[in-house]
Amino acid sequence: MADPAFTSAQPTGATGCLVLADGTVVWGMGFGAAGEAVGEVCFNTAMTGYQEILTDPSYAAQIVTFTFPHIGNVGANTEDVESAVEGAVGCIVREEITPSSNFRSTQQFAEWMAEICKIGISGVDTRALTRRIRLSGAPNAVIAHSPDGEFDLPALLERARSWPGLEGMDLAQRVSREKQQAWEGGSWTLGSGYGSAEGDKLPHVVAIDYGSKDNIFRNLVKAGARVTVVPAKATQDEVMALKPDGVFLSNGPGDPAATGVYAVPVIKALLDADVPLFGICLGHQMLALATGAKTTKMHQGHRGANHPVKRLDSGVVEITSMNHGFAVDGATLPDSVEETHVSLFDGSNCGISIKGKKAFGVQYHPEASPGPQDSFYLFERFVGMLS
Amino acid sequence: MPKRTDISSILVIGAGPIVIGQACEFDYSGTQAIKALKEEGYRVVLVNSNPATIMTDPDMADATYIEPITPEVVARIIEKERPDAVLPTMGGQTALNCALSLEKMGVFKKYGVTMIGADAEAIDKAEDRQKFRLAMDRIGLESARSGIAHNLDEAIAVLETTGLPAIIRPSFTLGGTGGGIAYNKAEFERIVREGLDASPTSEVLIEESLLGWKEFEMEVVRDRADNCIIVCSIENVDPMGVHTGDSITVAPALTLTDKEYQIMRSASIAVLREIGVETGGSNVQFAVNPADGRLIVIEMNPRVSRSSALASKATGFPIARIAAKLAVGYTLDELTNEITGATPASFEPTIDYVVTKIPRFAFEKFKGAENNLSTAMKSVGEVMAIGRSFAESMQKALRGLETGLDGFNRVVELEGVNRDLLTAALSKRTPDRILQVAQAFREGMTVEEIHDITFYDPWFLRQIEAIIAAEHQISNDGLPNDAAALRKLKAMGFSDKRLATLAVRSVGVAGGLGETQARRSGLLHDALRAMAGATSEAEVRELRRKLGVHPVFKRIDSCAAEFEAITPYMYSTYEAPSFGEAENEANPTDRRKIVILGGGPNRIGQGIEFDYCCCHACFALEEAGFETIMINCNPETVSTDYDTSDRLYFEPLTAEDVLEILRVEMSNGELVGVIVQFGGQTPLSLAQALEDEGIPILGTSPDAIDLAEDRERFARLVNKLKLKQPDNGIARSRDEARAVAARIDYPVLLRPSYVLGGRAMEIVDSEAQLDNYIATAVLVSGDSPVLIDQYLRDAIECDVDALCDGEQVEVAGVMQHIEEAGVHSGDSACTLPPYSLPPEIVEEMERQAKELALALNVVGLMNIQFAVKDGEVYLIEVNPRASRTVPFVAKAIGQPVAKIAARVMAGEKLATFPAFRRDLDYMAVKEAVFPFTKFPGSDPVLTPEMKSTGEVMGIDRNFAAAFYKSQLGAGVALPESGVLFVSVKDSDKPVIVPAIAALIEHGFTVIATGGTQQYLVEQGLPVERVRKVAEGQPHIVDRMIDGDVDLVFNTTEGWQSHIDSKSIRASALTSRIPYYTTAAASLAAAQAIVAINASQLEVRSLQDYYS
Repeated sequence: MADPAFTSAQPTGATGCLVLADGTVVWGMGFGAAGEAVGEVCFNTAMTGYQEILTDPSYAAQIVTFTFPHIGNVGANTEDVESAVEGAVGCIVREEITPSSNFRSTQQFAEWMAEICKIGISGVDTRALTRRIRLSGAPNAVIAHSPDGEFDLPALLERARSWPGLEGMDLAQRVSREKQQAWEGGSWTLGSGYGSAEGDKLPHVVAIDYGSKDNIFRNLVKAGARVTVVPAKATQDEVMALKPDGVFLSNGPGDPAATGVYAVPVIKALLDADVPLFGICLGHQMLALATGAKTTKMHQGHRGANHPVKRLDSGVVEITSMNHGFAVDGATLPDSVEETHVSLFDGSNCGISIKGKKAFGVQYHPEASPGPQDSFYLFERFVGMLS
Repeated sequence: MPKRTDISSILVIGAGPIVIGQACEFDYSGTQAIKALKEEGYRVVLVNSNPATIMTDPDMADATYIEPITPEVVARIIEKERPDAVLPTMGGQTALNCALSLEKMGVFKKYGVTMIGADAEAIDKAEDRQKFRLAMDRIGLESARSGIAHNLDEAIAVLETTGLPAIIRPSFTLGGTGGGIAYNKAEFERIVREGLDASPTSEVLIEESLLGWKEFEMEVVRDRADNCIIVCSIENVDPMGVHTGDSITVAPALTLTDKEYQIMRSASIAVLREIGVETGGSNVQFAVNPADGRLIVIEMNPRVSRSSALASKATGFPIARIAAKLAVGYTLDELTNEITGATPASFEPTIDYVVTKIPRFAFEKFKGAENNLSTAMKSVGEVMAIGRSFAESMQKALRGLETGLDGFNRVVELEGVNRDLLTAALSKRTPDRILQVAQAFREGMTVEEIHDITFYDPWFLRQIEAIIAAEHQISNDGLPNDAAALRKLKAMGFSDKRLATLAVRSVGVAGGLGETQARRSGLLHDALRAMAGATSEAEVRELRRKLGVHPVFKRIDSCAAEFEAITPYMYSTYEAPSFGEAENEANPTDRRKIVILGGGPNRIGQGIEFDYCCCHACFALEEAGFETIMINCNPETVSTDYDTSDRLYFEPLTAEDVLEILRVEMSNGELVGVIVQFGGQTPLSLAQALEDEGIPILGTSPDAIDLAEDRERFARLVNKLKLKQPDNGIARSRDEARAVAARIDYPVLLRPSYVLGGRAMEIVDSEAQLDNYIATAVLVSGDSPVLIDQYLRDAIECDVDALCDGEQVEVAGVMQHIEEAGVHSGDSACTLPPYSLPPEIVEEMERQAKELALALNVVGLMNIQFAVKDGEVYLIEVNPRASRTVPFVAKAIGQPVAKIAARVMAGEKLATFPAFRRDLDYMAVKEAVFPFTKFPGSDPVLTPEMKSTGEVMGIDRNFAAAFYKSQLGAGVALPESGVLFVSVKDSDKPVIVPAIAALIEHGFTVIATGGTQQYLVEQGLPVERVRKVAEGQPHIVDRMIDGDVDLVFNTTEGWQSHIDSKSIRASALTSRIPYYTTAAASLAAAQAIVAINASQLEVRSLQDYYS
């Protein structure tokens, strides 16, 4: 593989580029918002659900390479959005964006991208890029879109190089809600859209938002809970003042160790107070940190909608949606923690439960959206634990 | 869970002969299953009547029964072999139905056999329309409004709820035989009647029409622990109303949001759980209303299927192999995907390319049949193509079809026609609709207009619109002269040939003048070339080479490059360079390599037999230490299985695509040569282009093959060797044809040159028929000349397959046809060894075969057809390449004929292999299987034009028993008694008398029409007279419809008698009465009926025959 700093000349008509920190420039056609953004380049192998992926706050400061070549076929709609806050900064796709074709589409994909300020590049050999990430890890890069085709490559390169990278970065603060919010939406059904939460006699879940996907809250509602969402930096007292029957620890972007600086003490205190806990992804990682385990940055991460996970109690395999670049190091789990799920790809930790407590977490995304719905049972399990 | 240890032997039931709706995908599945089970140490017993399968190779199963797949015969195999379990999910509907019958007969219970994969209850629940519907209701999934009917009155009652148009589906039939869509009451009643007849349980399902809805399929795999994964989603480009086997399909689904996709995913899994498919692969089909996403379950197949074969090839997930392992108790998490070596079987494949499947049809073979596509499957094969975009994969598929398309070729009949005619054409569901859609764009129609007529999803329509827009630009401006722009066109899937055609048009200033000039040489040509960029396929290739525009090869790894895959399974794509140059993952090795070109999509005349030969070439050359490289585009085959060759390229078989692969493969290691002689006509037609590029061709030279096919060159050789040919001549016009025919004297056999499967061959008895033929045959074969042969009426035809290494010749088998000369050899039954030829005639044929092989300098396989008349041997034709009969011969004599041939082609001598055994103490009969029931309106008569889709083998101690089995295997249960109807041509009357006498003595009542009856009575036989159709009712057809006739012997001579008797044959077909249209076959049938007591048929394994 050639690796020339700026040796790849700008092809005629190129309006988008990806400048990697090592100087490699990948050219393409820009779409969506014009401008530039810096982040880590990752890839996602899901064939559906691009709108959900791009609005997942866990992708903050990331540029998503979609391995499936045709993205945008079904346009965009207002329902398939996982969060109103910042998600991925942009995406890279193989094929030009086509006009949408789907009865739910209300907008073209590229227009939607522009509207929510995300940059896209098409015309890239996304498989070559994916293989590069597999071989040498997720690079830092700047994605840029200039409709008139003018790029200041040295400046873009400098920006990519000077970006510190995700390791040690606390991004949860950036994407978390600033204020407490009573959650209202229920789960989605074809033909009638999202339902709404019922009554206030239900078990009360306080959800700490480190950059959560809305579908998690919808699933908690569907499982029979009343949900109040609080910001990432909510203190133990603030949480307890809401009289929770259980506390949910959400997914989110960045390094769990960095966010854990302020989040883990709160989680530890909640654990000590025997408050039932359920963590997903970043929330799972920080629950593990709270028990004394360690997290590590993965080489290429797991991102897709086809990842098999084994439940160690029953041997059942769940096909899961995943999106993580950090993982709990299974070898560091203390005796007080039981490993409940492992990845069938690489044996990495995918779930824990704390012995003697009503507290558990999973690394993957049981709320799906996008992805398989094999793991909805976890929401029922959690809500079922609450008195 | 570990594998089961309570079972040690397993019976696998195959799918039998290749028929429409059940083709070589079941050999592919079954072969994988057998290998998977043997790996686990199980003893595998196989029953399959189809000798052309890899699964029936004697080294596959431990005991291989080439016996008819009927419950009675399989029961006998069970009695003999006492398997612990039966795996019924690998052999299509045939195996499922057989297993259900065995269960009902109590055979499994009696011998303690467990059904694995799917049990009888699950099969019944999935297959029984009513039970399936109730099951769907239970899990809250919607089905189309429908009802079940067992007779016409019930059907009319159901119509009240469904309304018209209504879809009629008979229960328990293959590929929806007998079903259809009714738009009015008359059609409704007709289709219901046909459906009731076709259904073995006299049951039809009548459904509300979902015409125009989107259609999807999900391939699901489930294990004993209730783990479920989706291997692949498939979206039909053709909306509801066309059988999925006849639809153009793409994978993955391209027009669903994640929310809709997940609804379908969860529903698919719920269906498997509710139906109770314990383990293995199943296919669930859905219809989706494009307006609101309403989802309806259409059906599910609790077994591997054509779609699962497609899904396996499309994703790199070997469904059948995994399903077999799951059936013996493993769970998904315990298995690894052997193709990637990196991914667990529990993982849902994800792909980073688009797969397109296009079916291939054979309507031209069945005169009188309409080319309407409906819910009954009619296609005979399919092509699959892979590209990084829909456009690339679609255009690759179109050229891979080998129907003369280079892409979206123009539809001349629709050029410049008015809107009404365009609308009328688009509204018909025909095989060419996708081309008509493209033409409609050229004629100025919009996406919306075309969508309103065809209901094709606008997404697909826009893609086709973009291709046509690009075509338009090339037609105006010629080809671009820069790499990026040319690469962009190639990335849309345009072939060099198509680009050349379009570019030439850009200089067509004065109508056709420019195109004609452009093809000439000289200054004018050079000027035009400069304007257009290129004027021929070769020049486009040159331009690409100059600009460095080449495809790269990407791997099919089931994981979109997330993990490194170990198996080199590849496809080509034109990719923009991302890191300096386009990334090519082919990584050719430094080994000595041989490329084997496959046969492309199945068609009548070229199918599994050739794929069998290609597979054997791979196996043999791998054993000999070469690296084997397979190129093919047929997803049903074993040749495109991941472990058949060392490296697999899933690519169209065109010169362009093959040359690009060779370019990459030759960049490292040594290309020893390419084998073009095993895949039928497809690879042979590429030989010239490969030779022109200096590519070594292994085995018999293309020149020798050409010599054998070139009438004039061949005639000179025949004269030199002093062999005898039927008198013949060549004609290039009608008048020449008349003159040649008059010289030879009628009847004569007419055919265009260079064809396979006898396409457009015909025997004519008069000048009027000759004129008629010329008028139609020229259309078929363009401007190629017509060949005219003396027709040896009533001669015995023979096939000889031989091997030659250039010095020594070894005859593998001499086959005597049962039908007389004039019936296409692929449609004739034949026996090995010959059942009634004197030894000196056989020796003479062998002598001639040897002389010819040496004279043609054959290296590899050769097939010769002879006709024997009045003790004289005539040479009909020689094909110095693999023939359709090779697998049959190999199975009959128990020798790996194709493997030895491949090694001889790679340089080994015949003397190093053991000599073939020729003194067989048993008889093998090959019988052809026909698709006439799928083509209402066509005449089920055997002619020089091949019409069969597949074959079976009957093997037993003597001719009568082997013939009986061959008939039973082909679906014809000869009656033991009853009423025989005879109507034969004059020359057959004396021939047939002994057969009639024997059947009367055996207890048959014989009825016959005028002339035949009179003749038989004169011979002292008690024969009742029945009226011909022309003589008024009640006539013979009335009696047949009433179920009064059990067997028909009907031969004809001359055009008129042939037309008169068409309704007899058609009625025999629809009433499922065994019928024979030649005297020789009638005699054989009579012999078998008299000699065989069906209840005492013996079964014996191949391994036992060979030992």
